[in-house]
Amino acid sequence: MKVQNNRAWFLVLPVLVLVALSAVIPLMTVVNYSVQDTFGNNEFFWVGTEWFQEILASERFHNALLRTLLFSALILAIEIPLGILIALAMPKKGAGVSVCLVLMALPLLIPWNVVGTIWQVFGRVDIGLLGHGLAEIGFDYNYTQDVFDAWATLIAMDVWHWTSLVVLLCYSGLIAIPEVYYQAARIDGASRWAVFRYIQLPKIKRVLLIAVLLRFMDSFMIYTEPFVVTGGGPGNATTFLSIDLVQMAVGQFDLGPAAAMSLIYFLVILLLCWVFYTIMTSSDAEESKRSGGGS
Amino acid sequence: MASIQLHNIAHQYQTGSGLSSEYAVNTLQQTWADGGAYALLGPSGCGKTTLLNIISGLLKPSEGRVLFDDVDVTDYSPEQRNIAQVFQFPVVYDSMTVAENLAFPLRNRKLHKNEIETRVAAALIMLGLDAKANVRAKSLNADDKQKISLGRGLVRTDVKAILFDEPLTVIDPHLKWQLRTELKKIHQQFQHTMIYVTHDQTEALTFADKVIVMYEGSVVQIGTGQELFEKPEHTFVGKFIGSPGMNVLPCQIDEGSAIFCGNKIALQQSVNASGERFELGIRPEHILISADSGMSLEISSINDVGKHLIVHGKVEGNEISVIVKEGVGIPQNPKVNFQSEKVNLYANDYRVSSGRGSS
Repeated sequence: MKVQNNRAWFLVLPVLVLVALSAVIPLMTVVNYSVQDTFGNNEFFWVGTEWFQEILASERFHNALLRTLLFSALILAIEIPLGILIALAMPKKGAGVSVCLVLMALPLLIPWNVVGTIWQVFGRVDIGLLGHGLAEIGFDYNYTQDVFDAWATLIAMDVWHWTSLVVLLCYSGLIAIPEVYYQAARIDGASRWAVFRYIQLPKIKRVLLIAVLLRFMDSFMIYTEPFVVTGGGPGNATTFLSIDLVQMAVGQFDLGPAAAMSLIYFLVILLLCWVFYTIMTSSDAEESKRSGGGS
Repeated sequence: MASIQLHNIAHQYQTGSGLSSEYAVNTLQQTWADGGAYALLGPSGCGKTTLLNIISGLLKPSEGRVLFDDVDVTDYSPEQRNIAQVFQFPVVYDSMTVAENLAFPLRNRKLHKNEIETRVAAALIMLGLDAKANVRAKSLNADDKQKISLGRGLVRTDVKAILFDEPLTVIDPHLKWQLRTELKKIHQQFQHTMIYVTHDQTEALTFADKVIVMYEGSVVQIGTGQELFEKPEHTFVGKFIGSPGMNVLPCQIDEGSAIFCGNKIALQQSVNASGERFELGIRPEHILISADSGMSLEISSINDVGKHLIVHGKVEGNEISVIVKEGVGIPQNPKVNFQSEKVNLYANDYRVSSGRGSS
């Protein structure tokens, strides 16, 4: 008989240790805080799900969540189509390719807080090129006081910063399409739209899924740039979940509610990513079912 | 359906700094009859795909005109030319079902819905895909995908010609025969003008009525399988067609005979020796091995391919292949004799035809 042992499990030990140190243990401390209360002096007592109930019922959380959802929705609605359009317009070969790629990569190389600072200055009415320029041509623009202006500035900044990522991903998908598909489409008399709809879009679907997930997660967790530009204002108009969370945890030192909120925040992101993923891969799943599991 | 004429077609590919100095296709003049099945045969890089793309309109030739039924279509798009083309790698539209794939070229041409349905249904039956009509095309195997590529041409009943660019490359060997047979059947039934590009001589010879052999951008011979086999117009054709190819051996000319290694071989052609380089071509099938008389052969290897033996060897340093029928013994000191009526003479690689003196 074959001797069975489970010693092979030791091989995954290093990974387990790493994951434990980097993710599981910090997460568990958050879980720990979320079910306890403290009055300092390292004294804690059990409060159960009280913080969770409080957060879920609080209007402040609802508003921040709605703001964040709206922000992500706008970001995706602008960056994904714009990214695809730019990728389609980029040259496929020749000297223009590297120029375009470098131009596209540039915003991605700038640190978050620098991006925030650039736009903070750029939008200032007194000295900023954008703010002053708009004021000169008669726009009543002021992102520190006007809610719409603040949102417009943040969205413009994010589009400027991150559309490149969508472009690069889509571009990588587009150049991987063999030339013969375009030739067949020309033979079949396909219109430009039909080529996009039936060749390009299906072929870039997978990278597009990654782009959507990345842009959703990043925009849903956005912190640094709005913190630098608007600081959450005017009022609470741009106080997204992350900003709210930091205010609660660091500003007010309410560790319990902040921990509960982090966990809810985390679960919301997880849930939404799952929803995106399921919707966008549903047609593939259908197909593999029909063809008997293989594809 | 249409006849296809190529008027002084030549093509140079565009490079970074203008036109490439090398011609992918050298100037050629061709007329291909309506309803014919032609094969463009040649090694990789001989320009056959370039020529096919020029006919379909995917490529605009740098020189010359393309005519369909005497109408100049050089400036027409592939769509306007109404050509169907099947590519080396099957092209299907992943997100569509089989039936939708077949309907796609018709929908693009804004046909009436009922008309589309009728034609698609007919094409599905013709290709034997009716059971899979509503399956996503993506999940099919390569040969069914290739049938769809073909089907997108067949649904358009008015196509001028169907062009194939090595369509069986990715198909399993045992399905190749089947697909080729179906293609022949479709050709017989509908009499489309078909042009079939391949580097596989068996494919070319079984598919086409006329085989066009291309070499380094030029058409070197057009003919039936038999003509290509018996009278290769160029030493390349002789070597390319047949397995193994024709033996091409250096020779001298002396009073209407070829001298090869001191042996006089009577020629069908009358030739005046001049400064040209002469060679004689003899098929391995037309060389006899015996023990008695002839040129001695130094055997280097013998391959048994089942129905016959292929003997490789040397006659005074010249490589020669001989096909020996099964059951015929190979003597100890083998001698070879050429069947002189099967010998072709070549001057600077081109066949010297009978009754024509070399010029």
